[in-house]
Amino acid sequence: MTATITDKKVLMKGNYAIANAAVLAGCQCYFGYPITPQSEIGEFMSGKMQELGRAYVSAESELAAINMTIGACSTGVKAMTSSSSCAVSLMQEGLSYATSDQLPVVLVSVMRGGPGLGNIYPSQGDYFQATRGGGNGDYKLIVLAPSTVQECADLTYKAFYLAQKYRNPTVLLADGLLGQMMEPVEFKPYPYPEIDNSQWKLSGAKGREARIIRSYAPLADNQCVYLEKLFEKYKLIEEQETQWEEIGTEDADIVLVSFGSTARNVKTATKICRQKGLKVGILRPITLFPFPTKRLKELAQSVKMFVSVEVNMGQMVQDVRLAVNGKAPVELIHKGVGVPPAPEEIVKQIEELM
Amino acid sequence: MATQVFKIPDSFKKDAKYTFCPGCDHGVAVRLVGECLSELGLTENTIAACAIGCSVTIYDFLNIDALEAPHGRAMAEATGIKRACPDKFVFTYQGDGDFASIGWAESMHAALRGEKISAICINNTTYGMTGGQLGPTTLVGQVTTTSPTGRNLEYYGYPIKIAEHIAMCDGTAYSARVSLDTVANIKKAKQAIKKAFEVQIKGLGLGFVEILSTCPTNWKMTPQKAHERVQNEMIKVFKPGVYKDITVEN
Repeated sequence: MTATITDKKVLMKGNYAIANAAVLAGCQCYFGYPITPQSEIGEFMSGKMQELGRAYVSAESELAAINMTIGACSTGVKAMTSSSSCAVSLMQEGLSYATSDQLPVVLVSVMRGGPGLGNIYPSQGDYFQATRGGGNGDYKLIVLAPSTVQECADLTYKAFYLAQKYRNPTVLLADGLLGQMMEPVEFKPYPYPEIDNSQWKLSGAKGREARIIRSYAPLADNQCVYLEKLFEKYKLIEEQETQWEEIGTEDADIVLVSFGSTARNVKTATKICRQKGLKVGILRPITLFPFPTKRLKELAQSVKMFVSVEVNMGQMVQDVRLAVNGKAPVELIHKGVGVPPAPEEIVKQIEELM
Repeated sequence: MATQVFKIPDSFKKDAKYTFCPGCDHGVAVRLVGECLSELGLTENTIAACAIGCSVTIYDFLNIDALEAPHGRAMAEATGIKRACPDKFVFTYQGDGDFASIGWAESMHAALRGEKISAICINNTTYGMTGGQLGPTTLVGQVTTTSPTGRNLEYYGYPIKIAEHIAMCDGTAYSARVSLDTVANIKKAKQAIKKAFEVQIKGLGLGFVEILSTCPTNWKMTPQKAHERVQNEMIKVFKPGVYKDITVEN
């Protein structure tokens, strides 16, 4: 597997597409520890980064990997780590620090079953882990959720861009299904502008004041001011970066809300519903933070029922309910872990809900 | 004719206020680090990974770029900095709890990988900033707030000998333990810090110095008594010396 810019589609696993895109996005440093179902990312990076004279460290733990990434990012280079579920748990401390340090860390989180060791089947059980965070304090991670292998590549580019643009840790939230499945994918050159970081990066205090990157504001008042500033940034991100896909919502009575690999089957289910004469549409959040709250609120003026379809015990459904705010019923179709429910199964459950 | 006998090193912040407790050896250690940075011409090319605890305040005294790492993670963050910028001088300044307890995995693996960084570890046999609890280096018999009848082996196990462990790692180029209890030993300490910096500059591997230090406040001793404790108790268990120096062995 070699990293290339392609003018035609190549067949590739999601994990390789993510790794290839990261290299093309200009990622200079990769730090990681193996875990199924994302190990191909580290395997690809180990060879490619050495070949290109960039940095690769086989970290002793995910705790070390996220902190190595923080260290590299503090110098202004693009750096990333990747992991999965129970091991992303080990990174929560680092993610909390990175938001407070305002460092552009990129984390690829390829979800598997949980809690605990869980299993290596696909899952969306880390929606809360990514959007709420397991680290301490008030903070937000930017979270991007691909649904196809092509999006695995495109949103990896975007993750590096948004992380740099907002100086905020950004998560590409994929799952075992996307990581392991093969699909045709095309790699265009990195499409985003490079962000100037000369005003904050650590490079040695030559000809300027020394810089300290820290998350520590010893006085309560300082910390209040700092948090207000941080949340102004999050508000800006919500206004400018919320991204979603919508099909068949114009006249829909029922809107299915689904993200990631599950949304693939939900799309097919929507088509079957339409063939049956049911007015069903889909809204697929592409950014999980920022969540398309505003759009769901608009749709709630006319839609009779929302249904969140997820592979977990019901996590995103809470954000849908917050957005709809009692204007319409919000139901849940889900399974705990594994491949998403088949389109026919989803249709059957929708008919039961009607 | 006037002769200049003292010059403030360029690595020192001119407006820094002294914040360590009276008699604490952190002040001397930070000063030695600053002098070595200046004398080796590293000040403007340095990025430090700072720790949690009293040691973090080093960035208030030195005029260098610094990243404040979470507790125990300085060696991982220093690794990230150095791998991203191999031409920068990178060092950590940590306490023994940070380096050898919560961060032991990060410290050992940075040494095993032979990261081309330098690490300074202050060993004062207690957690200072949190008020004097038992740490990885607390001596057998030592009373702390979490070993009220003294460190006994059945409850707490043995204190760790950091410099010896780091010396065992193949990626370590230099490992030494020094003390700051006499003028002669302060001079030796400075030579050791300089050596730990030089092995990084030469690209030989990890340079490490463990500095035996006082914590008069938590030991509940006068500065003088605290230094006597270093001489009479600590040095007997934590023997000063150079445990590895590949520039000599080669």
